[in-house]
Amino acid sequence: MADTKTKEKKEGTRGGGKAELDGFSRDMLHWFLKQMLLYRRFEEKAEEAYAIGKIGGFCHLHIGQEAVAQGVVGPLRPDDYVVTSYRDHTQALAKGVDPGPVMAELYGKKGGSVGGKGGSMHIFGVDVGFMGGHGIVGGQIPLATGIGWAIQYRESDQICVCFLGDAAVNQGAFLESLNMAAVWKLPVIYVVENNEYGMGTAFKRVSALPVVDRAKGTGVPGHAVDGQDVMATWTLIERLASEVRKGGGPQYVDARTYRFRGHSMSDPVSGTYRSKKEVEEKKEEADPITILRDRLFEAKLLKQEELEEMDQAVRVIVDEAAKFADDSPLPTADDLYTHTYKEINEHGRLFLDGRDR
Amino acid sequence: MATITYREALNQALAEEMERDDSVFLMGEEVAEYDGAYKVSKGLLDQFGDRRVVDSPISELGFAGLGVGAAMVGLRPVIEFMTFNFSFLALDQVINSAAKMYYMSDGQVHLPMVFRGPTGAALQLSAQHSQACQTWYLHAPGVKLVTPATPADAKGLLKAAIRDEDPVAVMEGELLYNLKGEVPDPEDGDFVIPLGLAEVKREGGDVSIITSGAMVHMALMAAGNLEKDGIDAEVLDLRSLRPLDVDAILATVQKTNRVVVLEEGWPYAGVGAQIAATIQEEAFDDLDAPVLRVTQADVPMPYAKNLEQMAKPSADRVVQACKKVLYTD
Repeated sequence: MADTKTKEKKEGTRGGGKAELDGFSRDMLHWFLKQMLLYRRFEEKAEEAYAIGKIGGFCHLHIGQEAVAQGVVGPLRPDDYVVTSYRDHTQALAKGVDPGPVMAELYGKKGGSVGGKGGSMHIFGVDVGFMGGHGIVGGQIPLATGIGWAIQYRESDQICVCFLGDAAVNQGAFLESLNMAAVWKLPVIYVVENNEYGMGTAFKRVSALPVVDRAKGTGVPGHAVDGQDVMATWTLIERLASEVRKGGGPQYVDARTYRFRGHSMSDPVSGTYRSKKEVEEKKEEADPITILRDRLFEAKLLKQEELEEMDQAVRVIVDEAAKFADDSPLPTADDLYTHTYKEINEHGRLFLDGRDR
Repeated sequence: MATITYREALNQALAEEMERDDSVFLMGEEVAEYDGAYKVSKGLLDQFGDRRVVDSPISELGFAGLGVGAAMVGLRPVIEFMTFNFSFLALDQVINSAAKMYYMSDGQVHLPMVFRGPTGAALQLSAQHSQACQTWYLHAPGVKLVTPATPADAKGLLKAAIRDEDPVAVMEGELLYNLKGEVPDPEDGDFVIPLGLAEVKREGGDVSIITSGAMVHMALMAAGNLEKDGIDAEVLDLRSLRPLDVDAILATVQKTNRVVVLEEGWPYAGVGAQIAATIQEEAFDDLDAPVLRVTQADVPMPYAKNLEQMAKPSADRVVQACKKVLYTD
């Protein structure tokens, strides 16, 4: 599984080698493609496992939005932070959480990234700066702002990226957070994964302004980018990250993308709120993996057999992750009460259920 | 021992902990330039600067969540709510983020932080500014809660709360800030009261009044009145509602066999309900009478002075309840 942690690149470089396409080296572009294939295959495996009952609860897939994860998380330093919503598997992988524990978490296993306590919506990987998937729409925005606050408090040059869905910009937490971030010039980049729908409600039906304009009243500069174009996304975030790192204050990005699946595994892909035709057209024209693949083919930077090798390699990683999840034991009764409190006080009762522990 | 006010005791606790640990900072509405709406943070801006004493915008959800985020990466925020009434705007961050983060991250992220401010009714502030907020913070596992009644408890418990590794709500009494009491001098060493330790504020053998926070003073007044009738009441100040000193509760039940629980909030699913349940589960055979509760009337707080008096718990009601459990009324 070490293949997925290709972290040899350095911030601000495009892979070190000879620039071959829009300033990106061939190695770098291959890495983008391979990572995005990993995210896609991982989610497809989760979809399959959900269908046969290995995964329960809510499971929000990221299929169609891979370029945002790669283009946003890719340019960050290992010690930077990422906070996100409940659509979090792919960002976790992008930040460097191993696929095995992510899959095992979906399976509700002890070997999961949070021991089976969180499930799909609450992947954490604090050792790699992945500060969690959070389940309430917009709830993660103040958290990211606080992480930015702490970075500034310690006079560090880290940054924090906060992913949110388009629907989250209608929450009060969004306005309150961006205002504070702007007032105090906090090192946070707020990235809206604008997939056009909050569950089954089209964003344009519930907002008078487009996503990119929704930060305007706060003083946080807004930018729009084609979130299906990994190179464009990377280029923008690399520039913004450098400005934020230098103390330039927060930034806001409308990354325009599209979700190829339903809101969660229990929701329809299309139907009452969007047409099958719309989804099929988007898959045809705006698949971020196909877009990058075709550009590489066109520039003669990728051969069919290289693509097949790459796909084969990520399928092996995903199969290993699924095997890890299958083989991992279930959490036990001993785990039920652990990690409710960090400090069990010497006096008094913390648990009032009257059960034996 | 110096005699200082509850407000000064809280101020000392903040100053000492900020002095001791650079990761402690205070954020909230009016805490810096204005010295705090109740002047608890008076002088702290001058002493520690605007990096550590920070006026927030009126954005309870936002700055409570900011505190959680800062604690996620190791700072020790003290988030002041001008009153806990306003913290209802922040409850998503308290309940869904602060209380659950340690559990749902399976121990990867813990939150050494404090939410503090006044709770309970003052005088004629009516429905939205007069409520005891304890139950909201007690219902979800993951948050600890203390309710100091005296200047000494205010200082010792706030210091303990700031040092605790979990989120702790420190609910102060809105009418207690001017209360004076003896507090150990800073020169005599670090004064910290561990969470989870109740204190018998008045010894007695006939009936137990179990209470906390501002209601401790009402209970003591009631005990004084009962004494005139030859009834010797014990007043147990829980001080900490989670962790809850169940041993101290059971000890006073075993001593007097009669209990009145006095709380400032509403009865339904309140603190008294939990205590009564715990007593009947664990000390049923020690009881000589049903556990009675004295609470706020089960209505929103009215404005008119006479109605407000009727709605609030009172020493008279406590006296009546005590006589009832003694079968002497």
